[in-house]
Amino acid sequence: MEKFYNLWKKFGKNFEQGGKLEKLSSFYDAFDTFLFTPTTTAKRVGAQIHDGSDSKRTMILVVLALVPAMLFGMFNVGYQHLLATGELVRGALTGILFWKAFGFGLLAVLPLIIVSYVVGLGIEFIVAQVKHEEVAEGFLVTGFIIPLIVPIDTPLWMLAIATAFAVVFAKEVFGGTGYNIFNVALIARAFLFFAYPTHMTGDEPFIRTAGTWGWDGGKTLVDGFTGATPLTQMATTADASFIPADFWTMFNGLIPGSVGETCCWAILLGAILLIATGVASWKTMLAIVGTAGLTAFLVNQYGPETAMANYPWYMHLTTGGLLFGAVFMATDPVTSARTECGKWIYGALIGFMVIVIRVFNPGYPEGMMLAILLGNAFAPLIDWCVVRVNINKRLKRA
Amino acid sequence: MLSKKTKEAFWGPLNINNPVVVQILGICSALAVTVQLKPALVMGISVTIIVALSNVVISLIRKSIPMRIRIIVQLVVVAALVTIVSEVLKAFAYDVAMQLSVYIGLIITNCILMGRLEAFAMTNNVGESLMDGLGNGFGYAWILVVVAFVRELLGSGKILGYQIIPDSWYIANGGLYENCGMMLMPAMALILVGCVIWIHRIANEEKK
Repeated sequence: MEKFYNLWKKFGKNFEQGGKLEKLSSFYDAFDTFLFTPTTTAKRVGAQIHDGSDSKRTMILVVLALVPAMLFGMFNVGYQHLLATGELVRGALTGILFWKAFGFGLLAVLPLIIVSYVVGLGIEFIVAQVKHEEVAEGFLVTGFIIPLIVPIDTPLWMLAIATAFAVVFAKEVFGGTGYNIFNVALIARAFLFFAYPTHMTGDEPFIRTAGTWGWDGGKTLVDGFTGATPLTQMATTADASFIPADFWTMFNGLIPGSVGETCCWAILLGAILLIATGVASWKTMLAIVGTAGLTAFLVNQYGPETAMANYPWYMHLTTGGLLFGAVFMATDPVTSARTECGKWIYGALIGFMVIVIRVFNPGYPEGMMLAILLGNAFAPLIDWCVVRVNINKRLKRA
Repeated sequence: MLSKKTKEAFWGPLNINNPVVVQILGICSALAVTVQLKPALVMGISVTIIVALSNVVISLIRKSIPMRIRIIVQLVVVAALVTIVSEVLKAFAYDVAMQLSVYIGLIITNCILMGRLEAFAMTNNVGESLMDGLGNGFGYAWILVVVAFVRELLGSGKILGYQIIPDSWYIANGGLYENCGMMLMPAMALILVGCVIWIHRIANEEKK
């Protein structure tokens, strides 16, 4: 490591002022601070906290927290494929089939991750060169989340366009990392959802029935196969007591859905890491899950006679992107509310909206994306109100 | 042949003083009628005719209009012209008139019109006012055409109703391509206008 470090620093000399590659210094800088804790810190004036933890370290923690969901997502992609081709019967998983499922999913998900990172980081690097700024680290997490919240069969060029759109119009035009109003990964998903609706909803995109890179393709599908997600099944059925799967199947995540969103315990593992390290706010998460549960409970009692409204409230929490959004996307420190009290209100708004959209809007079986974007839009207002209330309270006391 | 001021009155609005991308006027109709190229073209021509003619009319009578009721007089002139254009469109281009629906009638409220009448025709002679009206009309029209071109091409794969992108490219027919549904939504029109403004500002950075 020591050797590599010295070699790397020597290589870095080329990028200093007057060096051969001065123009590309932000490239070097980006990799340098990504690999090693920066040697320069803020000037020692005033009261400051000096710590090795900067936003790059924070971002890496979020990526680490996402790893269980991603690994499970890979496995589930293969698992669903094997179910669809009839090679595997639910509940009869063997060691060989496990590795086959995982390998298949790995090959299927990897291109999504690569495309997302190459496009997004490419734009980040270009913008940094043009504006003569350091490369911002914000895309590390965004680029990791985007592949996890899209259906597995999203064409790669669509993903590339959506990523480029989100990075340019949701982030760079607002001033780059830290200035965006809306969650960048969700904007990418929203773009896909509105631009190519037939590839983002319905029976087709959530299970890969064809092969991956020519492997295991051309199989006939089992009788009665449906690729619809549990939410789509509920939204389209006429049977008001329809329940797509039992609680533990939903909780374990062996269901069709976007790559990383299905498995509750993998997401909860990430949540534990995020909360333990203080990276994400437990208040936001709790507010979303609590309010969503409460709203779903009320809808269970008093709602209309549809499958979605009769769906038990505790199962609503395990379904679709609710948990993934609550843990990884709504807690985004840039776009969520920043005041402690505001986090409760912000979370409650999202939790309420997601169930309302699911139950009362037949056009959108999944409401988490739109609910969080709405929450993002209201976050500054919530903060402003909380701060005003606090100021007025203290003025009265004085 | 033309004085410098007249030339300026015509060329200014086409580029560095464009009503849409510099003054940000007429955005509402620019978003509404640019899903396809044909209505955008018709809308652009209609606005050009109305701005030019109303500029001329107001310029002719500018000295006899009492200042206190000038807005009413301007509105009457514009309303008359809009009604004529609307009737002509209904007679000779019924389909497009139906596509444009209320937006032809709403030219009356188009900010560009009132802006030019108040800011230019009330204080300048007929020739200059005509050129100013034409310039602003074309300045509005070419932005509409650019936005509509991109929206129709990427949103429906067509230009003026003719299929440009081959059918075999589409995913449904075994290809890889798919139309971008976002292009059909007004939100994307706003972003496209934003892009035009962006490019326009980069191109004119030195001139200011």
